[in-house]
Amino acid sequence: MSEARSALAGARFAGIAHVEEAGLVGMISFRGDLGHAKVKSAVKAVAGAAIPKPRGVALAGATGVAWMSPDELLILVPHAEADAVVAKLSTALKGQHFMAENVSDARAVFTVTGPHAREVIGKLAPVDMSRFAEGEIRRTRLAQVAAALWISAPDSITVVCFRSGAQYMFDLLSAAAQEGSAVGVY
Amino acid sequence: MSTRLTQGGRRIDRSKPVTFSFNGTRLKGYQGDTLASALLANDQMMMGRSFKYHRPRGVVASGAEEPNALMNMGEGGKFEPNQRATTTEIFDGLSAGSQNHWPSLEFDIGVVNNAFARFLPAGFYYKTFLFPRFAWKHIYEPFIRQSAGLGKAPDKETLDADTYEHFYFFADIAVIGGGLAGLQAAKTAALSGAKVLLMEQDPHWGGRSMVDGGELDGKPAAEYIAALVAELEGMENVTLRTRMMGAGVYDHGYLLGYERLRDHAPALVGPRHRLWKIRAGQIITATGAIERPLSFAGNDIPGVMLAGAVRDYIADYGVSAGDRVVVVTNNDDAYKTALAVKAAGLDVPVILDARAEGGGAIAAEARAMGIRVENGKGIAKVTGGKRVKSVKICAQAGEGAVLEEIACDAVAMSGGWSPVVHLWSHCGGKLLWDEEHAMFRPDETRPPLGADGAGFVIPAGAANGVMDMGVGLADADHAARKAVEALGLTPVDVSLPGFEQAAEAPLQPVWMMPQGAGPKLRMKAWLDYQNDVKVSDVQLAAREGYESVEHTKRYTTLGMATDQGKLSNINGLAVLSETLGQAIPATGTTTFRPPYTPISMGSIAGEARAEVFQPLRRTPMHDWHEANGAHWEPVGQWRRAYAYLRGGESVHEAVNREILATRESLGLLDASTLGKLIVKGPDAGKFLDMLYTNMMSTLKPGKCRYGLMCSENGFLSDDGVVVRLDEETFLCHTTTGGAERIHGHMEEWLQTEWWDWKVYVTNATEQWAQIGVVGPNSRKVLEKLGGVDVSKEALGFMEYTSGKLGGFDARIFRISFAGELSYEIAVPASQGAALWDTLFEAGAEFNATAYGTEAMHVMRAEKGFIMIGDETDGTIIPQDLGLSWAISKKKEDFLGKRAQEREFMVNPERWQLVGLETVDGSVIPDGAYAVAEGENANGQRNVQGRVTSTYYSPTLGKGIAMGLLHNGPERMGETVDFPGTDGKTYTAKVVSPVFYDPEGEKQNV
Repeated sequence: MSEARSALAGARFAGIAHVEEAGLVGMISFRGDLGHAKVKSAVKAVAGAAIPKPRGVALAGATGVAWMSPDELLILVPHAEADAVVAKLSTALKGQHFMAENVSDARAVFTVTGPHAREVIGKLAPVDMSRFAEGEIRRTRLAQVAAALWISAPDSITVVCFRSGAQYMFDLLSAAAQEGSAVGVY
Repeated sequence: MSTRLTQGGRRIDRSKPVTFSFNGTRLKGYQGDTLASALLANDQMMMGRSFKYHRPRGVVASGAEEPNALMNMGEGGKFEPNQRATTTEIFDGLSAGSQNHWPSLEFDIGVVNNAFARFLPAGFYYKTFLFPRFAWKHIYEPFIRQSAGLGKAPDKETLDADTYEHFYFFADIAVIGGGLAGLQAAKTAALSGAKVLLMEQDPHWGGRSMVDGGELDGKPAAEYIAALVAELEGMENVTLRTRMMGAGVYDHGYLLGYERLRDHAPALVGPRHRLWKIRAGQIITATGAIERPLSFAGNDIPGVMLAGAVRDYIADYGVSAGDRVVVVTNNDDAYKTALAVKAAGLDVPVILDARAEGGGAIAAEARAMGIRVENGKGIAKVTGGKRVKSVKICAQAGEGAVLEEIACDAVAMSGGWSPVVHLWSHCGGKLLWDEEHAMFRPDETRPPLGADGAGFVIPAGAANGVMDMGVGLADADHAARKAVEALGLTPVDVSLPGFEQAAEAPLQPVWMMPQGAGPKLRMKAWLDYQNDVKVSDVQLAAREGYESVEHTKRYTTLGMATDQGKLSNINGLAVLSETLGQAIPATGTTTFRPPYTPISMGSIAGEARAEVFQPLRRTPMHDWHEANGAHWEPVGQWRRAYAYLRGGESVHEAVNREILATRESLGLLDASTLGKLIVKGPDAGKFLDMLYTNMMSTLKPGKCRYGLMCSENGFLSDDGVVVRLDEETFLCHTTTGGAERIHGHMEEWLQTEWWDWKVYVTNATEQWAQIGVVGPNSRKVLEKLGGVDVSKEALGFMEYTSGKLGGFDARIFRISFAGELSYEIAVPASQGAALWDTLFEAGAEFNATAYGTEAMHVMRAEKGFIMIGDETDGTIIPQDLGLSWAISKKKEDFLGKRAQEREFMVNPERWQLVGLETVDGSVIPDGAYAVAEGENANGQRNVQGRVTSTYYSPTLGKGIAMGLLHNGPERMGETVDFPGTDGKTYTAKVVSPVFYDPEGEKQNV
């Protein structure tokens, strides 16, 4: 078998910010009773972090967990480990009503980096980027497609969208990062 | 003549000359000039021709309210019509052209309309072009379209060369207008701790106070403003933007800001306009005021300008409107213009003050400077054609008997000032009539209301009807304090500068000059310059029974031009009120709607153009399709290959080749777009039993079953193969277009009705790349890949297995939509392109052929399989399609069950699905109806059925179709007629819809 391919491997653009496709990221859509002790410990064991508060994301190196809705989480793991993590969760939560689906390949991931990264997102998403802090996640839209975003490092924002829309997302972010388009408010 | 003065011009930099062109002539201006000021500096008084009568027109105003000086701007991909010269900053290479004239601005054929003006009154079009009826479409409309209109429409083939963008912004307090009031309000709000956004449409801060400000704390107003701007710029919580207009105020504190980034400097890289989408807790409208013209005969001749504009051009650009400027007014403010003209060394032959008692202190000042002032006088008529030659003076109280004629080359007029209440009014802010100042101003007790029932817009300064500058500062401070308090913050005390307000004599409303003007004068007294509406037109409308201001507006077109009546609105409704004999508030105003001035279409579209006009969804194999001749078909937002064209093949030839290759040996289909919903939980079986018409809970793990989904009204909504992955988990395939819709449908039932059922749903559509491996050699190619036993014994028809297929993490479904031995292989999307390539490599010896959606459609039709959207249209139930076998009789309930038992649904008269075979082998046209004997009540042929799918079948070498037919299944062997739109009638035999392999032997090997 050949290497697993992300949607736009190697795509990058440099303008007022750097836009880059971030390659494949392991993602598990988890649904269940987030208040249940067994769920809490099973998630922490695979994500390396406790379930965050609503609209929060907790990152721990290559793994992490994001709050998506009152009964849904997004668990982040290295891509190659996603199936194994699903199996691990299934073992840990055997007999309990939950769902863990590997959705890694249903997604494309981009990073927008640079001092104007917030402005680039602010052109596309109805989000108050001046108050958007590390540890927060937004499920929102970028122009016409659904997306989720969080601050992955100072001046660096991670954007997740559906894989089929990867080219659209890359083109959007590139257009929003075009030279000479800094807004100058953040 | 208008000219550049040797001195003055606060905004221009005389060391930086700029060259531009107007109607092909190269002219010079200075950096900082607007196009209007630069044209005036070059004695180009006449800047365009009017809409209806093609009268020569010059610039009237100095700002956004300008009705006349509209230009065709730029060329090619940069062309844009109807640009106001007064708000266009010039740059090197700017190219502008005047509008609405032929063959030239100086000599125009259309001006003949002017001579016939008395035959073209208000409502002329409505009255004249009614009969004969055919003439409107063929004679009148083409003629009117050619002769009316302002700017040229951009060439439809030429794309806009610029880019645009949106920007989302959030502020506690947004202040619209960066004049003295806006700046002061922003300061109070910012010092009180609010996050403030302050926007100004002009390139400069300070608004009118830069020209008219006098002194604040004993220093020129400009110094106070500069300090204020510097202070605000230094504050973290303040965002200041110039060249950004507050375009519209909407519900819940939503505000549009229109920022013009590159209009003044197109050589810079970057987007041209940026549309700010702002959420503000409170909005302060400090939008200032607009001066009103006076309605006298000839008030549209180039050289007649607003008094404020005349002094703006002197102070801001060092440009004089004329050497001899007559001032005509009903208030004290216009005297400032006389003083400014005089101070520039030019002549003011007379000030005509319509008030019998004349002006206040400033009038005495004017007299002291030696200016002749005539009280109780007005203008009977301005003479001149393409520029002003003289004014004829009369008594304001009379009927226009000329007392004296005074030569002059410009007239500065002032009918008082109207607060800019547009943004206050956009979202429902109400107005009240201020008798003393003869103006509508915001009624602060009735502001636009937010979700909490409290007001969210606060007017400030002149926009609030406070025309005195000192009081205006206090009003702005008050507005900011009110906004701060509304946000739950505590306003801080800010000290305001001292200001000495000169006592002014009261204004006297003058709606017509002279007040007893006869018909001849009224016919030349313009209200709406841009749409050519005169005092006489509004009076005619009133006489003809148009009492509502909204009706009069539409009948006369008053205020309907691109300037939306900024100058004409109040004068027009005052004339209407007078004619109707009622007070102005009883007439009211027309509705103010966003945007405040026109904004570019590009800014509305934002980034949505060219490749990102709309999202295109691409499968993991998209690039392969593109490289291999894909003829694309949009399916929702997906792009799917309809067929793959080779060499000089037509689409039809490609489809036929793909079908034959698949049926003979091996075809490959990218089926990745198919919806894949995972349904899991102890109650999953029960849940699916409710959603599908057939029984799903009895499905064994590892088995597949075709299922139908109906709406609660019984109509067929979606179909697909359901796979039971394990005891608790089902995979539901949906149609390509149905994935998101059915996911939502499932979630809705789970969240609103069956919230206590233990079921979770995930849309895994994009996790998997799916490939149809179809044809007699499909098993062989999979066996070549190896790793999973796909033999008949190991994997029977309608069974599922998974494993490492040639190294790929595969789910293998043995299902068939084409009627051949076939498999669908799903692998994680990241492996999809690689598997696709591998299958072609391994399948080379079997002539592996990619086939598109059309071949898929034809092959399923050959098998008599229905397609959602072809055989169904939202009114079809499964029973219509011979699908009763897929409806469980055992289940107590499922969505649609009860509806399907209703009288109309069980009516045997419903049309039923049949196959149709033309007697001559031709293809019935898409959508054709089967006709019956006789005619219906509308004189149309009766119908007895219609075609739902129709194709040429290369397998059978003839046309095949499916259709719905009255009593269809009982009429096998009969023939039915389908008239086409091509004049031919297609006769078809009624047959079984299964044309190919009715026993199903091919798929079951």
